[in-house]
Amino acid sequence: MSSVAVIDYGMGNLHSITKALQHVAPNIDVRVTSNKNQILQADRVVFPGVGAIRDCMNALHQSGLDEVILEAFQSGKPILGVCLGMQALLTFSEENNGTKCLGLIPGEVIHFPQPLLAENGKKLKIPHMGWNQVEQSFNHPLWNKIAPKSRFYFVHSYFARPDDESVVAGTTDYPDTFCCALARENIFAVQFHPEKSHVAGLQLLENFLQWDGSF
Amino acid sequence: MGLATRIIPCLDVDDGRVVKGVQFVDIRDAGDPVEVARRYDREGADEITFLDITATHHDRDTIVHVVEEVAGEVFIPLTVGGGIRTVEDIRTMLNAGADKVGINSAAVANPEFVKQAAERFGSQCIVVAIDAKQVSNAGEPRRWEIFTHGGRKATGIDAIAWAKKMVDYGAGEILLTSMDRDGTKKGFDLHLTRAISEAVIVPVIASGGVGNLEHLAEGVIEGKADAVLAASIFHFAEYSIQQAKQYMADREIEVRFYDQ
Repeated sequence: MSSVAVIDYGMGNLHSITKALQHVAPNIDVRVTSNKNQILQADRVVFPGVGAIRDCMNALHQSGLDEVILEAFQSGKPILGVCLGMQALLTFSEENNGTKCLGLIPGEVIHFPQPLLAENGKKLKIPHMGWNQVEQSFNHPLWNKIAPKSRFYFVHSYFARPDDESVVAGTTDYPDTFCCALARENIFAVQFHPEKSHVAGLQLLENFLQWDGSF
Repeated sequence: MGLATRIIPCLDVDDGRVVKGVQFVDIRDAGDPVEVARRYDREGADEITFLDITATHHDRDTIVHVVEEVAGEVFIPLTVGGGIRTVEDIRTMLNAGADKVGINSAAVANPEFVKQAAERFGSQCIVVAIDAKQVSNAGEPRRWEIFTHGGRKATGIDAIAWAKKMVDYGAGEILLTSMDRDGTKKGFDLHLTRAISEAVIVPVIASGGVGNLEHLAEGVIEGKADAVLAASIFHFAEYSIQQAKQYMADREIEVRFYDQ
């Protein structure tokens, strides 16, 4: 039986992502775990997360899971980063007065500018919360069967700005265009929450469970 | 292209049953919150809010089971409010599959609770529910205060100052209900909604008083709400969520449509 490990490092609610994975693939072994061996033995790895980046990075260092994520990446197995799990992949986040991150994808994580004004002068709220459209930057197996400009559910105040634009797999406008999906080798990472994004989100999770890690 | 204004149906749940008389012809048990949530999901609701109005603490387990069941098949954000008083209450709801919790009277009784909750679980899941009532007289500058106990008990707290304080304490969103309008079908208190929405950086959900689709649209256009919440217009099947979205789209409000 194919297996997927959802990394549990004590940050936030892993319930939704687990339920969504089980829903799209009832025959896959979905395991919420902080155990190194279980993570490295799984066929696929989901790296979720909500909350503040400093707490996230501290929890990863203390548990040694930062090393496990690097090892999982080097092993070539498919990895899906979600929300804070995407931001943690970059080099550095300006959240919490500056926090060093995993550095798997060179670049930084920055806050939406304040005040945030739409073209018509309307003040936009932070966090960016709700359903926004995702432009697919290139064909990737994880976008399979997902219509261009489908809406996904977002809730965040910071976003990734990778150094190398070729890793940008998807963008969203709020009001300026920002990177909402990253792809590098066997990693795909999204700022939105596929587990809360109805049919488009479930399709993305299904695609991940079928992905061999190449594109 | 941009962020869609959210339309959020709210289910009032008492001891595991939807109250305020749901009248759908096409569902078997209109009092079953799981069936009603499923229907709203099919119609394209952007989120669903459950308000637990169960009177006794003992019977609260029922809402936990409702959330568990809905979360296993409805993959949009779910919020649970009503009776959230402790960190343990929040943990229970999140573990059941809720994405956000609404904190109301516990915030008034102990504002520090909101801070603790946001630090522990993240602001993204902390919605502070504010029940406000106009206290100024005609001709005076408008002023609203916070009321608890379903609008019966005055607190003397200014609504705008309170909303700002709750955001400083970590609220990720404000669910604003006008106690003057709740249940009246006369529309949102647009002055209140706008005053609060313009005072805080986080999204504001307007609630209380929706009687028709124009009320939803004006809540966004004039009230500057980021999301609109309604119960009875959807429960009584006066309008579907799809109709509400079409109406708002016709008023040039960005909404999320999806094709089944």
